[in-house]
Amino acid sequence: MSAWAVAGQGTTHNRARRRLKRAGLHVFLIVLAFIFMWPLLYALYTSLRPYGEIVANPTGPFSLPATLNLDNYFSVWNAQNMLGFYWNTAVITIPAVILTLWISSMLAFTISKFSWRFNLLVLMIFTAGNLLPPQVIIVPLRLVYLHLPLPAPLSDNGLMYDQFTGLILIHTTFQTGFCTFVLSNYMKTLSKELIEAAQIDGAGIFTIYRRVVLPLCTPAIAALATLLSVWIYNDFFWALLLFKSGDKRPITAALNNLSGAFFTNPTQLAAVSVMAAVPTIVLYLILQRFFVTGLTLGATKS
Amino acid sequence: MSEIEPKALTPAPATTAGAGVVAPAGRRRHYSVLTRRDKVLLALMVGVPLSIFFVLIWGMALVSVVLSFTDWQGQGPLNFVGLKNYTYLIQSYPAFWPALSHNILWLLSFICFATPMGILLAVCLDRPLRASGLYQTIFFTPVVLSLAVVGFIWELQYSPLAGNGFIDSVLAATGLVKGNATPDWLGDPSINIWAVIVAASWRHIGYIMILYLAGLKSVDPSLREAAAIDGANERQTFFYVVFPVMAPINVVIVVVTVIESLRAFDIAYIINHGKNGLELLSTLITNNSISEASLIGFGSAIAVVLLLISLVPIVLYLTRVMRSEEQ
Repeated sequence: MSAWAVAGQGTTHNRARRRLKRAGLHVFLIVLAFIFMWPLLYALYTSLRPYGEIVANPTGPFSLPATLNLDNYFSVWNAQNMLGFYWNTAVITIPAVILTLWISSMLAFTISKFSWRFNLLVLMIFTAGNLLPPQVIIVPLRLVYLHLPLPAPLSDNGLMYDQFTGLILIHTTFQTGFCTFVLSNYMKTLSKELIEAAQIDGAGIFTIYRRVVLPLCTPAIAALATLLSVWIYNDFFWALLLFKSGDKRPITAALNNLSGAFFTNPTQLAAVSVMAAVPTIVLYLILQRFFVTGLTLGATKS
Repeated sequence: MSEIEPKALTPAPATTAGAGVVAPAGRRRHYSVLTRRDKVLLALMVGVPLSIFFVLIWGMALVSVVLSFTDWQGQGPLNFVGLKNYTYLIQSYPAFWPALSHNILWLLSFICFATPMGILLAVCLDRPLRASGLYQTIFFTPVVLSLAVVGFIWELQYSPLAGNGFIDSVLAATGLVKGNATPDWLGDPSINIWAVIVAASWRHIGYIMILYLAGLKSVDPSLREAAAIDGANERQTFFYVVFPVMAPINVVIVVVTVIESLRAFDIAYIINHGKNGLELLSTLITNNSISEASLIGFGSAIAVVLLLISLVPIVLYLTRVMRSEEQ
């Protein structure tokens, strides 16, 4: 056998091996993808089944359905003020996202474009604070919220506790660190000539911020807006401890009260979970690109 | 902070060491463009949010430290008791060591399983592969769910047979375990922490995958080509070429993993308020000082322990940022 033939054989052998490896990889990924989707799919499946049917079946939830309908959703919707909980979430999330991006873009602008001695220190205070587990500060923070007076248009009980304003404040504060970090890194990559050109044209500092820098940062801001919306929507901790249990809680924290009400009926519990999960999943599926960009900007510098 | 703020807000002269990153020459002219009004506005732009942040985050952390030396219960004057809270916590409080060991178990499980799994997925999905995007979407989906929702979704899996939990129903229906012997995944204090860690890993894996994918995409492809020309196989290329140049992202991954394990709260709280096998430092803080008792001094001592542990990854992260900033 000539050397050429041996080489040729080797290549086909390699190619077959590579193909086998690739098939193995796909099998691994498909199995894993199924395991990953299972808890969600099962919650969806359960939420569509009448509870009576599961109980009557000797194999319980491990059975094929005779009926699938939206009854659980309707009964939850009618029994609970679900629309109100969604509304609470919106009232907290939307202002918090806008405020966070506004403040952190100004901060990042100042930090990245006007180098002063302490800019690194500022960034460090922010990012370090952002990494702190919220449980470290919750006890004194809650005391402040319970005792610090807040005047009427901002609060209906004269305090920060149990107020949307209070929750917006803590979300904005906590998220500003991360966003400032990401945006200042992003702004550092913008060309300095553009800003200098604007200055030569006589633009003031705010004109530069609003007309030059902000438009250039649109991709980063869009990505951060997506991430922030989901993070703040998903918050459970602050809403749990800075609100009295009740009608003012956003949907995730309201789940905690609802779980008591549906303790005996897992199908309704499943329906509530799906209802709480759907907005973020939909947002993610539509704006997937922004998510990845946002996290990428946060993780890799420039 | 108020002492250094005025200095901080004055634009640094170009010659200071702190401004080493920027080209010195053009800068001086640059600043002279700023009017007095601009300077005041800039100072406000930075000063106001920074002060709020400082008071609400670091100020509160400091107050926690002070309160931890008192026996305050929410009323009356502050009574300083020295290290009494800490000695009681370490020597006599029965939930402290279980909570600490659960946090460590959580961290170790993340470090040994969830994080490497996320990295493995990222490496698998980084190459040209059919449906790579679809896989990414699926693995990342749990990350966009609230941890509270994650708790409920997994409760449907883990509930006991009588509560129609899925896993136990399968075990009983297939005859693998007798109906009366199916494990109570969330109620049995010897196993429930594992059940919760599995649920948390479900979310953590996708998070790490996306972060790592971002890092892999930023690796210079010519490095890999060079390694391939030198005859390195895929594994060698990853461990000897890609992994080392990913050092910055590896630090991020470690920090995220540690911080997420220390922040663990929501799932345990949803399941049983962090008791009966699910004690965590975070739930001890809220249970002692807010939800069940108002032992503010004692809860603060636990918060300080959590603060001290959290400072380790935070300092690690900051030194990383510092170093890359200096370069």
